Amino acid sequence: MSPLRRVVVVGASLAGLRAAEALRRYGYAGELVLVGDEPHMPYDRPPLTKQFLNDGWRPEQIALPIPPGLDITWRLGVPASGLDVADRAVRLADGARLHYDGVVLATGARARPWPGHPVPAGVRTIRGLDDAAAVAEALSRTRRLLIVGAGFLGGEVAAAARALGVAVTLVEHQEFPLLAQTGPHVGRFVAALHRANGVDLHLGSRVQGFTSNGRGELTGAELTDGTQVEAGLAVLALGATPNIEWLAGSGLVTDRGLVCDEHCRPLRDDRLPAPDAVAAGDLTRWPHPLAGNELISPGHWSNTVEQATAAARALLKPDTAPAYRPVPSFWSDLYGVRIRSVGLPHLADASEVVDHDPAAHRLIVAYHRNGPLVGALTANRTSQLVPYRAEIQRHLDSRRTRTRSVQD
Amino acid sequence: MTVIVDLNLCQNHGQCVYAAPEVFAFDEEETLTYQPEPPESQHDRVRAAVAACPVRAILVSEP
Repeated sequence: MSPLRRVVVVGASLAGLRAAEALRRYGYAGELVLVGDEPHMPYDRPPLTKQFLNDGWRPEQIALPIPPGLDITWRLGVPASGLDVADRAVRLADGARLHYDGVVLATGARARPWPGHPVPAGVRTIRGLDDAAAVAEALSRTRRLLIVGAGFLGGEVAAAARALGVAVTLVEHQEFPLLAQTGPHVGRFVAALHRANGVDLHLGSRVQGFTSNGRGELTGAELTDGTQVEAGLAVLALGATPNIEWLAGSGLVTDRGLVCDEHCRPLRDDRLPAPDAVAAGDLTRWPHPLAGNELISPGHWSNTVEQATAAARALLKPDTAPAYRPVPSFWSDLYGVRIRSVGLPHLADASEVVDHDPAAHRLIVAYHRNGPLVGALTANRTSQLVPYRAEIQRHLDSRRTRTRSVQD
Repeated sequence: MTVIVDLNLCQNHGQCVYAAPEVFAFDEEETLTYQPEPPESQHDRVRAAVAACPVRAILVSEP
């Protein structure tokens, strides 16, 4: 049986909760402490940019269920401020110091802010429940919305706002939405979807600067393509940045994320895994064979769920836990069109359209890298992803990947 | 084990089909189909499918 008597999980969102559940499922019976910076119990984030904005969903509808018998000591509303790996303790911002026998690092990521200057009131980001509640409230008073960034989050906010009848200007610096993530075929498809739904889409353009009235409230923005946009609300959808600052001085390696090995263990400066520590969710980067063992950080729901489970297992059973080598997947819903993907399309050096039915909003795209399939994406054709996923899984299984340092 | 999927909640994320392909599948109309009473050899996979469903549409009752 496990010798651990106290496990501290830092982060009380999807990764932290699912890690806690898995710890209990794998037989851990000791004290289990969950630390979260937000005052809220764990909730699910995907609806924040969908039903929460346009269907009037309430916070209780996105609460993540807490299974009975989890027996968690909650420390909510207080961020972690430091980690002492040698002394095995988590420091909290309120001065508390939590000793641990095992720790799960799951502090996630936050919305990337506007670089540089202060922004007028009415320029917002969405990452948490409070952000989404503020945007939902502002949307009810706004007729014109500006969204900066046409990625998954920006696209979903655009779709939600259009469903409410709000005029939307969507600005994307790439030539197509999602170009770096999914390539030009999907980019064109998504751009057409936005335009068919009345979005004023500006591609290859950026916000030069926001404009405001005498009270410091947003009135619009000037774009680099010369357009003057009028807007009472702006949502920045510029991607996410991992919450790793609290780990400064811990001796753990950070590089645009917390660098982990294939067993969800964070690495120390000496490139050995830190003892009694694992990590999961959007703060992590780890080597994946599909990426030629380069570090990846998918930043999607399914990875968080699977990685949290793998991390819990690695903490409790370090000698027998298998390498974490998933076939990642992600999805997005835009104007009722179901976009679903498996693998890592962003790695591809070639992609092909297998099927495209514009009238039915159906699309199948396959992605290859140096020959082998590395990903596939469908719109309204999820059934067709199954064989692609199986092929990627076979490809992964056929590789006998050694556990290796990221410095190899 | 008895499995019920709330098809009003299901949004074809496909995660259950990946987790337990012998129990869950899509038909030609992109509708999810499933075995309501899967054999015991599939129970662990079904539990994994429950955990993987983003909209918690799969309900399992175990005696």
